[in-house]
Amino acid sequence: MSQQMEAAAVQRSDWFDIADLDQIVPGTGAAARLGKEQVAIFNTRDGIFAVQNHDPFSGANVLSRGIVGDIGGRLVVASPVYKQHFCLRSGECLEDGSVRLQTFAVTVRDSRVWIAAGE
Amino acid sequence: MQTRKLVVIGNGMVGQRFLEELVAMNQNFQITVFCEEPCPAYDRVQLSSWFSGATDEDLALTDLAFFERHSIRLITGEAAATIDRDQRRVTGNKGTVVDYDALVLATGSYPFVPPIPGHDREACFVYRTLDDLRQIKAAAEGCRRGVVIGGGLLGLEAAKALKDLGLTTDVIEFAPQLMAVQLDTRGGQLLREKIEALGVNVHTSTATQCIEAGDTARHRLVFAEGELETDMVVFSAGIRPQDKLARDCGLTIGERGGVVIDDHCMTSDPAIFAIGEVALWQSRIFGLVAPGYDMARKLAGHLCGQGEPFSGADMSTKLKLLGVEVGSIGDAHGKTEGSRVCVVEDSIKGFYKKLVINQDATRLLGAVLVGDTSDYDMLLQYALNGLDLPESPVSLILPSDNKPVLGVDALPAQAQICSCNNVSKGALCQAIENGCTTIGALKTETRASATCGGCATLVKQVLDAELKRRGVEVNDHICEHFAYSRQGLYHLIRVNKIRSFDELLETHGTGRGCDICKPAVASILASCWNDYVLDPKHVGLQDTNDNFLANLQKDGSYSVVPRIPGGEITPEKLLVLGQVAQKYDLYTKITGGQRVDLFGARVEQLPLIWRDLVDAGFESGHAYGKALRTVKSCVGSTWCRYGVQDSVSMAIYVEERYRGLRSPHKLKMAVSGCTRECAEAQSKDVGVIATEKGWNLYVCGNGGMRPRHAELFASDLDDETLIRYIDRFLMFYIRTADRLQRTSVWRDNLEGGLEYLQDVIINDSLGIAAELETQMQGVIDTYVCEWKRTIEDPVALQRFRPFLNDDNPDEQIVYVRERGQKRPARAEEKDKVELVEVV
Ligand SMILES: Cc1cc2nc3c(=O)[nH]c(=O)nc-3n(C[C@H](O)[C@H](O)[C@H](O)COP(=O)(O)OP(=O)(O)OC[C@H]3O[C@@H](n4cnc5c(N)ncnc54)[C@H](O)[C@@H]3O)c2cc1C
Ligand code: SF4
Repeated sequence: MSQQMEAAAVQRSDWFDIADLDQIVPGTGAAARLGKEQVAIFNTRDGIFAVQNHDPFSGANVLSRGIVGDIGGRLVVASPVYKQHFCLRSGECLEDGSVRLQTFAVTVRDSRVWIAAGE
Repeated sequence: MQTRKLVVIGNGMVGQRFLEELVAMNQNFQITVFCEEPCPAYDRVQLSSWFSGATDEDLALTDLAFFERHSIRLITGEAAATIDRDQRRVTGNKGTVVDYDALVLATGSYPFVPPIPGHDREACFVYRTLDDLRQIKAAAEGCRRGVVIGGGLLGLEAAKALKDLGLTTDVIEFAPQLMAVQLDTRGGQLLREKIEALGVNVHTSTATQCIEAGDTARHRLVFAEGELETDMVVFSAGIRPQDKLARDCGLTIGERGGVVIDDHCMTSDPAIFAIGEVALWQSRIFGLVAPGYDMARKLAGHLCGQGEPFSGADMSTKLKLLGVEVGSIGDAHGKTEGSRVCVVEDSIKGFYKKLVINQDATRLLGAVLVGDTSDYDMLLQYALNGLDLPESPVSLILPSDNKPVLGVDALPAQAQICSCNNVSKGALCQAIENGCTTIGALKTETRASATCGGCATLVKQVLDAELKRRGVEVNDHICEHFAYSRQGLYHLIRVNKIRSFDELLETHGTGRGCDICKPAVASILASCWNDYVLDPKHVGLQDTNDNFLANLQKDGSYSVVPRIPGGEITPEKLLVLGQVAQKYDLYTKITGGQRVDLFGARVEQLPLIWRDLVDAGFESGHAYGKALRTVKSCVGSTWCRYGVQDSVSMAIYVEERYRGLRSPHKLKMAVSGCTRECAEAQSKDVGVIATEKGWNLYVCGNGGMRPRHAELFASDLDDETLIRYIDRFLMFYIRTADRLQRTSVWRDNLEGGLEYLQDVIINDSLGIAAELETQMQGVIDTYVCEWKRTIEDPVALQRFRPFLNDDNPDEQIVYVRERGQKRPARAEEKDKVELVEVV
């Protein structure tokens, strides 16, 4: 099992080892903890992406359970609650430009997924 | 504006339309309505559909709320008895007295019963009101044979009703042919042949002299030559204007009845008006609803100071009588001087078409169509709009693939598209301009095709052409990734044996897919191959709920619904549900579908809960899927004093047969043990109601936001036939419906409607019945409980961890307690209780 993280240990642009990549079924997402935050990590054909797991419209931590795809050429995840689409790269909500999810840098090293905390 | 007192006598189709037109204008009337019938206006045109399952509510054209909303006083069950023109006062037959400044007669007409001796014997009926139909139905129970006197349009409709009620049916017509008003001799002859082929006996040139007691049946009809025995008689020998009130108070009446009106529907008394079938305009009575509606509109305008005159009406008709298509346009008999005719007849295919054309062959004056009315809409447009005929007019009715098409673009803006509600092409275009871009919106806005529906195809054509002209692409593509409708995708997947989304996308799509096409394809794959939905190649396609085989709630937790087939459960299993709910602290609620819903389970709890449930013998209830949900049942003949069949056993059988079946949308069913219908089967996609002889099958009902009564699909079926029809019905729906289209909407969009559906399912008109059954059997044979399989699959279970890197639950799912159970905390409660109430 992966290590648990203490909020205090999280600093800007620190990289954290999250999980084996094969724990995320291709074409789906999964949630992870990053200190006090929750991150939704998606394993897509176009790469690995991470955005906040908190759905700003419903207030529930569920974005990791959304369906991924593309709309007008932009990679998106659809909220499983009220179905808004969020760009996986920028976090922008396609239906409401004033809403933007926090995004996280992701990388895969030796088949493990790493996420950078902070901006 | 000063308030004026307005009294309307009669709340039939036209009277009601008049009220609607009037309240839509900025009027200032204090309105009172005398309504002789026990209920306010209903759709008389569709009256016969009452026999095929339409209820009183389905036929209703209005409701009491309408009268309340507009402060109209409605007096039901009381006929106006006298009019005092000096006092301007109407008195009802139960004593109600109302004064008027203006009075409108909308009393319609009554069926003419020829005064032959014996016409008033028992089981002799007319065919005009719901009450008449009720009496006919009740009497039919004890009858074997029925006779309709009168072979006109209504008579043949009545004959169909009798035949459907299971009676041996005869039609007696005084004239030498059927439908003498609308058809010519040859047309009438062909109609007769067709009707006789359906098993209805037709006697033309036959006058009934008296009705007396029969030997082998209740009555004997005596003719000039011969006689006929029957148990029931329905008179349909024409209608007469209901003008007694007007006669009694001295208004001018036509020679053969009818209240004489001018172009503003005014009678000989300027304070009294008449509209609908009671009114006589230029010596003519209009026995159709469209002209009545036109009068209603013109009169409402006139009373509000907008003086558009009534200027007559077109009497063309298209109908289906006993399944035979019949159409009559304009001068059907070729009475116009110098007119010429073109005739096409095919006695093998069984149709006859005649055009009546003016002398120089440039204009269409009239037409007769029997056996095939597919050209009716187009011909009517030629006739009504005086369009130039093609060089060879007969080409319009020749059965050819490349006949000249009259594009809707060719129609002038004033062309009337919907004659019932007088909607022109221009009005439709205007509405489209204003944003009505669907058939539904257009219908609501303009009323086009809302009455008889005969113009629905034309309305659709106008809409499509208009949208196209405006550059709006009209397509049925499911989304940007596939240039196919759901039906098209289904076909591709089945024919090419495609087993995954990626394979389909690669061969027939573009891009990556989205939350529209992925779940739709997942559902089709499941309907076709019934693979495990959480298989790694399918799991990313599943909609919110299928994703974790539970129903996502607003706080991110899930609810769990185990299957309880037919709503029957042992006390032991009920206890288990209670224990599981207690163990995981789940909010517990009984559903409308006779099951138990357990709320507030976190993702990681789902497999634990299901382990307990599966051990106790429960299976997934598929409440999360676009799939069969429940089959509701009443206790039926096993316990109930009234039950005639074992509805519980049937419901359990049906539920276990179709459990897990994925479909375009959720499916609900019910089985009732007798006609009292305690299981509410008529509000379900598939409803089964027990009869003395077997089961009646109802289809395409719907509760919810837009309720729709299910329609009677087939009667008195044995068990095996019932199941066979349901198999075929469900598979046909799965094959052809759009994404997220309930059976009710699917049915409303099926061209050809219920009859078409019956043809496909019962008569196998498409030759696919065997295939549909095989497919269904395939799904049934490969059923496995998804939850049973999931709790034994370590790979699938991995996904149920709350976090990739932590097994502690999401602390932001917080509950408070209410009425002894938990419920999600509201935002303002969360901060306060977080520490104490984390479960
Ligand atoms: C079976 C059937 C099928 C039909 N099919 C078609 C069709 O396909 N196409 C078509 O265009 N037309 C059709 N019609 C004709 C159509 O129904 C009539 O044209 C239409 O109903 C006329 O409307 P109305 O309001 O004038 O009369 P009605 O609808 O008959 O209404 C008159 C009302 O006034 C009431 N009334 C009478 N006297 C009094 C009184 N003294 N006080 C209070 N109330 C009174 C009556 O009870 C009745 O409810 C059909 C009719 C029938 C019976
Ligand atoms: S539908 Fe009939 S059989 Fe079933 S409970 Fe009601 S009355 Fe009894």
